[in-house]
Amino acid sequence: MGGTKGEKPKLILENGLRHDGRRPDELRPIKMQVGVLKNANGSAYVEFGKTRVIAAVYGPREAQPKHIAIPYRAVLRCRYHMAPFSTDERKSPAPTRREIELSKVIREALEPVVLTEMFPRAAIDVFIEVISADGGTRTTSLTAASLALADAGIPMKDLVAAVAVGKVDGVLVLDIDQVEDNFGEADMPVAAAPALGEITLLQLNGVLTREEFEEALDLALKGIEQIYKMQKETLKKKYLEVEVEV
Amino acid sequence: MSVTPSSPDYIIPKLKAETIASLVKRGTRLDGRGLHDIRQVEIIPNYLPKADGSALVKLGNTQVLVGVKLEVGTPYPDTPDQGVIIVSAEFVPMASPVFEPGPPDENAIELARVIDRSIRELGAIDLSKLVLIPGKKVWVVWIDIYVLDHDGNLVDASSIATLAALLTAKIPKAVISEEDEQIVVDKTTHVAQLPLLRKVVTVTVGKLGKALIVDPDLEEESVLDTKIIFAISEDGRIAGIQKSGPSSITKDEVMRATDIAIKKGQELIKIIEQAVETAVKQAETKEERKEEEGKEEKEEAPEAKESVAEEVTEGTKEVKEASETTEAAEEREESKEEEVIEERKAEEPVKELEEKGRVEEETAKKEAAPAAQEEKEGQPTEAEPEEGKEEAEAKEEEAKEAGKEEVEEKPEEKQEEGARKEAEAKGAAGEEESSKERKASDEENLNSTQ
Repeated sequence: MGGTKGEKPKLILENGLRHDGRRPDELRPIKMQVGVLKNANGSAYVEFGKTRVIAAVYGPREAQPKHIAIPYRAVLRCRYHMAPFSTDERKSPAPTRREIELSKVIREALEPVVLTEMFPRAAIDVFIEVISADGGTRTTSLTAASLALADAGIPMKDLVAAVAVGKVDGVLVLDIDQVEDNFGEADMPVAAAPALGEITLLQLNGVLTREEFEEALDLALKGIEQIYKMQKETLKKKYLEVEVEV
Repeated sequence: MSVTPSSPDYIIPKLKAETIASLVKRGTRLDGRGLHDIRQVEIIPNYLPKADGSALVKLGNTQVLVGVKLEVGTPYPDTPDQGVIIVSAEFVPMASPVFEPGPPDENAIELARVIDRSIRELGAIDLSKLVLIPGKKVWVVWIDIYVLDHDGNLVDASSIATLAALLTAKIPKAVISEEDEQIVVDKTTHVAQLPLLRKVVTVTVGKLGKALIVDPDLEEESVLDTKIIFAISEDGRIAGIQKSGPSSITKDEVMRATDIAIKKGQELIKIIEQAVETAVKQAETKEERKEEEGKEEKEEAPEAKESVAEEVTEGTKEVKEASETTEAAEEREESKEEEVIEERKAEEPVKELEEKGRVEEETAKKEAAPAAQEEKEGQPTEAEPEEGKEEAEAKEEEAKEAGKEEVEEKPEEKQEEGARKEAEAKGAAGEEESSKERKASDEENLNSTQ
């Protein structure tokens, strides 16, 4: 994400807490909501601290243009995009190389859980807009996208939950924010389908030893369990609310 | 927008896909490799005359060309006292029937960014040494990856080529004028080696069913579930990871893949280092011989070198060239001593490599030094594989010997005067022309910058 860096703050304080007062294995305050858009077949809003993302799903619908259709399954299309006002300095709305790469890894993280074989020749579109970026945007996006897919009623093997683990001042910490990303030594986004026990996204930006890597992966999977629970509660809540209304 | 690809890079017959899968289950592969074997690596360092560093790498039938160019640019505002690295990748249409002309697609962008991160995050290049005017002008290291032939595992081939090219890269001469802070770059003269602090290479581990395979080729890639790219540093740390591919992987598999990648990555770095070292040394030996022929007096007068070097800034072009060559010779002599020691160190672990790995490595060396082969007349250029190995080893010994001799004392070289003269005669015609060309292009560059 970059931006101007300035002086490096202390990321781990004397009391062992992080610059924002969290414990190393503590997530930021999380908010989740599904069905936030009227037009989309499914949608979700997810907030991790100051990172805010809206995801929308259209489909299954006819694949356009026709030549992208696959005879035995649906194609998954994914766009990760950051709003111009989401960052410290205005970001040009034109897709950057970073956004193109993230669109790809997010799509590949969703492919293993969506039952695309049920909709031959169709397209399932996932649109992700980061409206406020404060670190961990791809993981927040993925968490939101998976909720939006579920909200759209698209059959899935499992939900995907994601979080980034970082190494800051030599300590492995869960769910890093932008400051920790900018000044930290490593940033490792992980996404998993907890019920399947499968990892669907794994990236590492930084340097870790083998031991640190395994520890970081375990920390991420623990965080993912918590996020996964919240996702399920969010989905259940929607239907409880519907029940009350009727 | 990222879309599920409607056709893979290679459409594989179902029967073949099943064969690959069942072979892998039994611990072997279609081309006879073991699950963790890397295809034959051939490295030709300094492949390009106009780049500041370059390498052509063949990984099996995959071919990747990397050119490193250094250009003067402005630093990023948040890192005013650091040079800049820019990595880009082109999948040129000639490389595969499925590659189309146009701007880089998501795969090319992903590849470039994965390699960029591996170099950046490890701090492989000492960017603090690439500053010309702090906060205003720095060297921009352009690493351009050109995929020429696609037979799978483009990431590792690109990473090998990138490391090899960086190992050969040199910083051009830049003269900064005090008053107006104008920088004039002399692309024909290089003042120093690009400062590489650490070495990194990627290792791609593919998951096929329950098995994990290293260095998948195109056919294997089309049947893989998914793959993980690990960037491994020479000291065995992980400098980057990217899961790439539409399927998932368990934690146990990830950790198994990590262990494989760390081991293979360190082996691969040694192979690359040796291939580049050997080739560079042989090229230098050739150059030095030519040099000595012309300016024997200068070789013998170390004090004179410095005074000549000082003239550079005011002096004529001719003096510039002369001083550079002596300067460079000095530098090389220094570095050679280290190289010999390094090579000895490196030799031990390499011996532990499997038989196959050795053959590969030796072949790589042979390939890497076509220039040197021209010189050595007594030896046939083509040989049986077994012979080739011995021969290459012998050559290596010889090269080492030569290196040692030069460090200690010069006279031995005179024995090879005959070969030298011939090399001179061969080179002379081409040399003149190319230097003219260089001057011409320099003028062009100057004009365009002004």
